[in-house]
Amino acid sequence: MLKTTTYLTHSYGLADGYKLAAYEQQGGYSGVKKALGMPREAVIEEMKKAHIRGRGGAGFDAGTKWSFMPKQSQKPCYLVINADEGEPGTFKDRSIMEKNPHALVEGCIIGAYGIGAHAAYIYVRDELHLSKARLEGAIAEARAKGYLGSRPFGFDYAMEVYVHTGAGAYICGEETGLLNSLEGRRGEPRLKPPFPAQYGAFGCPTTVNNVETIAIAPTVFQMGGDEFSKLSQLHHFNDGGARIFGVSGHVKKPGLYEACVGLTLRELIYDLGGGVLGDRPILALIPGGSSCPVHRPDEIINHPDPRFAPFNGKTILDLPLGVDTFRMVGSMLGTCCAIVLSDAADPVLALHNLMRFYRHESCGQCTPCREGCGWIERILDKIVAGQGTIEELDRVSEIASDITGNTICAFGDGAAQPALSFVRKYRSHFEDYILNGAKSQTRRLTP
Amino acid sequence: MAFALNAEQNQKLEQILSRYPNKMAACIPVLHLCQEANASWVSDDVIEFVAKRLDLPTAHVKGVVTFYTLFNQKPVGKHQVWVCRTLSCALRGSDKILEHCEKRLGCHVGETSKDGKVTLRTAECLASCGSAPMMQVDKTYYENLTVEQVDRILDTLVR
Repeated sequence: MLKTTTYLTHSYGLADGYKLAAYEQQGGYSGVKKALGMPREAVIEEMKKAHIRGRGGAGFDAGTKWSFMPKQSQKPCYLVINADEGEPGTFKDRSIMEKNPHALVEGCIIGAYGIGAHAAYIYVRDELHLSKARLEGAIAEARAKGYLGSRPFGFDYAMEVYVHTGAGAYICGEETGLLNSLEGRRGEPRLKPPFPAQYGAFGCPTTVNNVETIAIAPTVFQMGGDEFSKLSQLHHFNDGGARIFGVSGHVKKPGLYEACVGLTLRELIYDLGGGVLGDRPILALIPGGSSCPVHRPDEIINHPDPRFAPFNGKTILDLPLGVDTFRMVGSMLGTCCAIVLSDAADPVLALHNLMRFYRHESCGQCTPCREGCGWIERILDKIVAGQGTIEELDRVSEIASDITGNTICAFGDGAAQPALSFVRKYRSHFEDYILNGAKSQTRRLTP
Repeated sequence: MAFALNAEQNQKLEQILSRYPNKMAACIPVLHLCQEANASWVSDDVIEFVAKRLDLPTAHVKGVVTFYTLFNQKPVGKHQVWVCRTLSCALRGSDKILEHCEKRLGCHVGETSKDGKVTLRTAECLASCGSAPMMQVDKTYYENLTVEQVDRILDTLVR
């Protein structure tokens, strides 16, 4: 059932919505006052009750992540916010930083207190100049009011928030690549373990959270964790609250929509997104950022878990968008920002576009990913030029399988997913390029 | 000529250093600062300067510069234009925008227009998928583009 909310987006339409006055008028900075009045452990417990699944794509429970931090630490602890948004199809974090930066600043204070940190670094990709300016502005406003500094809101808990910039590398959105980049190194991901909670930024215990995950924390403390979690229709999957959904590609009203967790793709595309451009049928759907597998709209849900009873027999369009619901059907929710391709689009060109992206962004540390992404792109170059062979098409799947699980970070899996799923689900389109000169293909991506 | 920062820029550098527990962490922000002070590119002199200023080996700084897309390793035009061409933008016609930019500026992607005013490049996903197609000009995003709008924007750059 469609239920839109405005916890993060209430200020989006207002000219001065990003300023402190507007934020406080909506009850801003009341959550943090509650949180700072609680013991640290209680802050983490409250966050756990909210069942916030990490909004950056991995879907890990935020409160549980906070609980991994040491109770007592000889070294300083750090909170690092991942604002290196660059997953194709994803554009929600930028909107929070530009239009509601105080939610992130307030969330940083809550999060840092919960994990025992006195400093938070917000790692913003360099291209987002407006986001950086708005965050700097919000931090300055908060500092001037005494919300940051030695005694935020009169509590004896010194707190600073800093904005750090990247320099153009998708891989720095991977948490350990981000930490290396924050330390002034090449943004190459690190082997885990040790995990950031033991050995993160500057060798100290660190929690890395996504922008939206932290920005929603003030709401959790205003409402109470339980209440917040129950907003979700997937509360029984421990997937709580409300979140920002995005939709881009061939829809009439692409954009961001905040709603309770449990929205379906059909509601996102037709009710919020206004339907498909030209009222065409959907050819393909990528549920949450390009690293998720692609889906045909007619895929039928069939899962033995009793919680799936209401969805079995329906199509993927009617499956509520949740971390576990999508994981259990072999997909991935990712960042919850869907890309829609109508039947005017050519899936071969779509995969070609994505593999160029992954080849360009592979950091080059691990051979399977560095060589594999380039190899797949070169094969697709040939197929698109009408010079590919069936053997080479099969090799695409082979190479992608060989990347999966054989790299330091999840980038390799993210690059392999689209290759594997596009070739499996749209094989006839690829074969048409190879055998018939793409006679029955649109050979374009735009309608 | 050796690269150096003026007093105001030096002050900014000190401010950057104050945010981190060690000097190395300032590497990327300081490189940005120096790039901006050096006509938007990082020369060998800049690398030497940053290495010395932050007590880092030159090879480390060079390694950082070569890793990140936004550090220009050769001179660029007065303005930099990036056209996003990743899937969401491609689905909304970024190819046409790019083609038009090439025609209008008389240069290919990766090149600078003859008058030295604009360097044209493609970008991978700039987190503006809901308002595609889009392009970034220096520090500003232009979204929901049409060819006519691109013309107007380029007009202001080459004037």
